[in-house]
Amino acid sequence: MSAVVALSSLFDAQQIWRGRAAPVPAGEQPTGWAALDAVLPAGGWPAAALSEILLPVDGVGELQLVLPTLARLTRSARAVVIVAPPYMPCVAGWRQHGVDMRRVEMVHAISKDVLWAMEQCLRSGSCAAVLAWPQQADDHALRRLQVAADSGHALAFVFRARQHLANASPAALRLELEALPQARVWVRKCRGGVVPVQPVALSRALH
Amino acid sequence: MLWACVLLPHLALDGVLRQRPDTGPLVLVAGGANARRLVSVNAAAREAGLRVGQRLTTAQALLAHFDALPYDAVAVEQWQQFLAAVAYRYSSEVSLLPHAIVLEISRSMGLFGPWPRLEAALRADFSALGFRQRITVAPTAHAAYVLAGVSDGQAVLTPAALRPALQRVSVHKSHLPGAAAEALPGMGIRTLGQLLGLPRDGLRRRFGAELLSALDRLTGDLPAGLDAWRPPDVFDLRIELTHEVENIGALVFPLRRMTSDLAVYLAGRDGGVQRFVVQLEHRDQPPTDVAVGLLAPERDAGMLFELARGRLEQIQLPAPVSGLRLLARDLPPFVPAGRDLFDERPAHALPIAQLRERLRARLGDQAVYQLGSTTDPRPELAQTVVASHDETREPHPRPSWLFARPLPLRGAPPRILAGPERLETGWWDGGEVCRDYYVIETSLGQRAWAFCAPGEQSGWMLHGWFA
Repeated sequence: MSAVVALSSLFDAQQIWRGRAAPVPAGEQPTGWAALDAVLPAGGWPAAALSEILLPVDGVGELQLVLPTLARLTRSARAVVIVAPPYMPCVAGWRQHGVDMRRVEMVHAISKDVLWAMEQCLRSGSCAAVLAWPQQADDHALRRLQVAADSGHALAFVFRARQHLANASPAALRLELEALPQARVWVRKCRGGVVPVQPVALSRALH
Repeated sequence: MLWACVLLPHLALDGVLRQRPDTGPLVLVAGGANARRLVSVNAAAREAGLRVGQRLTTAQALLAHFDALPYDAVAVEQWQQFLAAVAYRYSSEVSLLPHAIVLEISRSMGLFGPWPRLEAALRADFSALGFRQRITVAPTAHAAYVLAGVSDGQAVLTPAALRPALQRVSVHKSHLPGAAAEALPGMGIRTLGQLLGLPRDGLRRRFGAELLSALDRLTGDLPAGLDAWRPPDVFDLRIELTHEVENIGALVFPLRRMTSDLAVYLAGRDGGVQRFVVQLEHRDQPPTDVAVGLLAPERDAGMLFELARGRLEQIQLPAPVSGLRLLARDLPPFVPAGRDLFDERPAHALPIAQLRERLRARLGDQAVYQLGSTTDPRPELAQTVVASHDETREPHPRPSWLFARPLPLRGAPPRILAGPERLETGWWDGGEVCRDYYVIETSLGQRAWAFCAPGEQSGWMLHGWFA
């Protein structure tokens, strides 16, 4: 039998992986939804990471989920970039949610340029948040976005159809929106914490 | 007054070499068809035994393969102008002498530091551009020019030290008027020290007033009398390629050179560039113009290069490229963007303005924009792509997505959540609308902003999502 090795020396040499993810810094990017913040391990959006929002159809509250964050960022004079949205943002509606439209940059791109533009924005380090609706985004493309978000310290949001839930994703956070019977958010993956069992109800007040 | 002189002994050759990154033996030749002589040789050619002043036929006998290019006086003039723009960073008083640039630096040293530091900065700039240089400083422009021809790096910082420094300079290196320079050595006068010791009356009688005024300019008794150089208002640089290029990738190296030259020129002018054109010249066709426009004046070399390359990669070459030309006419003042001392962004961050330019370079000029609101209540006209940002708040609910064109709602009748809000306007410009807007929920659970004809609750048209 080989020589006895003290466990602590192995830990000190960092040769053993202890099976626990690194603690997530808390509360850097609150979502603005208290119930959601309470269940997310970072106390909000994972900072400098990719968040994926999966929808059954358009118009079920997906923007409502991020608008408080966008309002907070634009009010503190940080730039937010919207890459190739499926519809035109309604200025009056966004303003009602407190978003400062002077800080919102719209980027028009054809579908094959969407991922490139999003990566450039994330990597630049001058955008606080980047939103995109990629049509064809595979695991590799999402991983690139995740790395870009990390290097540029930006929040990356991709909005995709719900059928992509079956595929694995490198996103740090995956949320699934449900419209019926009532608006709810399921946390499907969250890095650095346990996935909550219960969904979070989303209040859909008009103002 | 203190004048620095940057003597460029290999101006023509360096100008050629910087467009050809690595070549074998290369010489510049000048002269008539029967008596071509080498006027400049590069290191590889000198190693093979070629010397300045040799006949071209002699050189061909010594070495089988070498490149011989004609000495191009126009190009030399252009390079001197370009380098004067570089020197203009350090002084507002810049003048040109044959193969040399002189600049007045007594006041520049307050900004750039004492002479050794200023000299190092000048050397670094010229060496980075690929031009060999000899730099001296003296109380008069002509003395600095003469000293640069004799030794490199000599610094005469006080008027008292000037005459001793000139004592030993030989007469034929003193740039004196032609007749005197030839006759004086024959009279046994070989150094400036001997010449300055001679009685002035005799010199005037023997050689005329021309020699005396040249000597006076040398010692500072007469002002230098040089024309001040003024930076041109247009940047125009042309590079002829050694062979025709058929793919864009091979243009990257000359393009990088050109954009960095542009950046250096702009820094000297303390200006920026808002718009420039890269012309791709073809042999038998009119040139292809690639316009590069920016939202704000810039002068960062890396950024200008990246933008120009982005534009260049978009085009299809109609024919092989034989030359490149960079033309910048619009040179507005440049205001550097301020940054916070305690900036929380990462160190390698790209400013938002540069990000916009990069996106526009690939996606098109109209691809990046902001939305603002107008005072028109009609939803279609209530927002435009503008920069007007009044912060009026709409009292009625407005969606977060707006459709470009209303869509009919199909399927089960919706559930009404709020409304109606009547919009009846636009009668003055022919785009009249009269609609009742409601907030509805579709059978799929989507919240929509929809309208129908006044007073009816059917024939729903969707106009946006409360996403």
